[in-house]
Amino acid sequence: MASVTYDHVVKRYTSDVTVVKDFNVEIADKEFMVLVGPSGCGKSTALRMLAGLETISEGKIRIGDRVVNDIAAKDRDIAMVFQSYALYPHMSVYDNMAFPLQMKRMPKAEIDKRVNNASRILGLDNFLKRKPRALSGGQRQRVALGRAIVRDPQVFLLDEPLSNLDAKLRGQTRIELQKLHHDLETTFIYVTHDQVEAMTMGDRIAIMNAGILQQVGTPDDIYDHPANLFVAGFIGTPTMNFVPVTMSDGSAKASGFDVKLPQHVPSEKGTLGFRPEAVTDRPSEFATLEMNVEVVERLGSDQFLYGSVGGDQVTARVDPRMKVAPGDQVRLGLDSRGLHLFDAQSESAFF
Amino acid sequence: MTVASERLQTIEAARYSPRWIADRLQGAVLHVVIIGLTLAWIVPTLGLFVSSFRPFSLISSTGWWTALSPPFNFTLDNYVKVLSSNNLGTALVNSFMISIPSTVIPVTIAAFAAYAFSWMRFWGRDWFFLALVGLLVVPLQVTFIPLLTMFNKAGISGTFLAVWLAHTGYGLPFAIYLLSNFFRALPTDLFESAEMDGAGTLTVFFRIVLPLSVPAIASLVIFQFLWIWNDLLVALIFVGGSEPVAPLTVKIAGLVNSLGQGYHLLTAAAFISMIVPLIVFFSLQRFFVRGILAGSVKG
Repeated sequence: MASVTYDHVVKRYTSDVTVVKDFNVEIADKEFMVLVGPSGCGKSTALRMLAGLETISEGKIRIGDRVVNDIAAKDRDIAMVFQSYALYPHMSVYDNMAFPLQMKRMPKAEIDKRVNNASRILGLDNFLKRKPRALSGGQRQRVALGRAIVRDPQVFLLDEPLSNLDAKLRGQTRIELQKLHHDLETTFIYVTHDQVEAMTMGDRIAIMNAGILQQVGTPDDIYDHPANLFVAGFIGTPTMNFVPVTMSDGSAKASGFDVKLPQHVPSEKGTLGFRPEAVTDRPSEFATLEMNVEVVERLGSDQFLYGSVGGDQVTARVDPRMKVAPGDQVRLGLDSRGLHLFDAQSESAFF
Repeated sequence: MTVASERLQTIEAARYSPRWIADRLQGAVLHVVIIGLTLAWIVPTLGLFVSSFRPFSLISSTGWWTALSPPFNFTLDNYVKVLSSNNLGTALVNSFMISIPSTVIPVTIAAFAAYAFSWMRFWGRDWFFLALVGLLVVPLQVTFIPLLTMFNKAGISGTFLAVWLAHTGYGLPFAIYLLSNFFRALPTDLFESAEMDGAGTLTVFFRIVLPLSVPAIASLVIFQFLWIWNDLLVALIFVGGSEPVAPLTVKIAGLVNSLGQGYHLLTAAAFISMIVPLIVFFSLQRFFVRGILAGSVKG
């Protein structure tokens, strides 16, 4: 049974290049944890330190109760799926999956059993004799997964495993990975830059930016209660609307509208955030938005309006049956439950 | 309709544009040059080949090309004579005795060294490599006297061992340089994946690096083998004329002196020495397969 703990972990390349700063996360046994963030945020480095491919500059990483800082990668009882798959091109699918077991000097019969079992789970039965170059992208990806599964590791590490697949296959594989996680009952740690993958797959999500952990929580938690401006802007498409406001008498004043705040805030300047779906079709008791519509996007199930309210750009998601054309002026409102307010200085959320 | 015909016209116009003509001309020039070079290399070889099967009287009276039209008059006499009377058989065996170990030893050492230079971290790695690259430009002639003095002191001068050691030394810098460039281009992910799978350094080398490097190693083997097989200078210096050790090149150079008059025998001897490199080249050629890495990484 393996939980994973990052305890004040730091990764420093030179004295002034620090890519992971004071990273603290506890990942429970059997949890599906997603590390997400823009490229260069240190998420892959965090994973590679756990894998044993990078040294740890400061702090401790524990798998279960065991500190693994000085344990070789192969003895950490973890398996990793690489973004590039990293299949051995001169070996057959069978040999690719058998390789880690051969390294453990496992008896042939046991290797055979495990490889066949993994290939059955992944639907690779008919391809065992093929070389990787004779497989499609999705099949290669499954071989890479198979090579991890046969080892029966305590922790699975996946480094952007879907980014080389086309969009349709990515959707399918996302679901297959979740099933796999359910069947294997093992801890998964999954690195991605794609917030959709993070939201759909993770039991919990850890969001990183510039080497600093921003927030850890369930997808709902992070979506509904972002801890700061970065998280609020990173998660969700279309992105959250941000409007600079000044506060007085329990209400916030933007360039084009006022809004009553649900709670008192000890600050005068801030950024008001609300998601496109927090905009209501008609004026609410909290706010009235006079919007000059510039672009209308109809997606069938949704309708997005892009335009300006006062001097601020706002995106609104409205009922698709509402008839709006570019150039129109519409009166919209705000749902108070979807309001967020961030401090102008620290960018952290008041609510 | 009008749109379609207009488009057709523009294509027609582009066809004889200066650019199109320049492209064709470039292609033609390239072909002429390639064919010319090929002929320049093949014609003397062919002449040698044909001559080696002609009797002495004809060789000295007519050109080799006359043999290509009837009456045909070919003979194996030259080969029989040169092999039986001049100890060419021993020389042939000696050539193999020198070439094979002098290829295998440096290529083996170079493969290990190149792996270390490209994928292991050790103190002073880059400086060592730089020094090695520097050795590439040292002319081997400057090493003859000190090396020969050393071999004489050690009492191995004039033996196969001396030639093996010399060729190993001369071959290593280039061999290591070539192989480490190839090894370095292998995807990092493969090594990391192998490390996580629990493969040690030697396992990675034998089970992953070597199988993936067959094309590079094959081309290196061809280079090294041909260079040693055709080498006269190094063999002459370290073996001398010592009959039981002398390779074909030394032997044939000797024949030029002693058989100056009977060069019909030389044609046969020269062709015997040529046939081996040809066999080596054609048998290893199929390993020059591109795209052996296809399918390892990326989708």
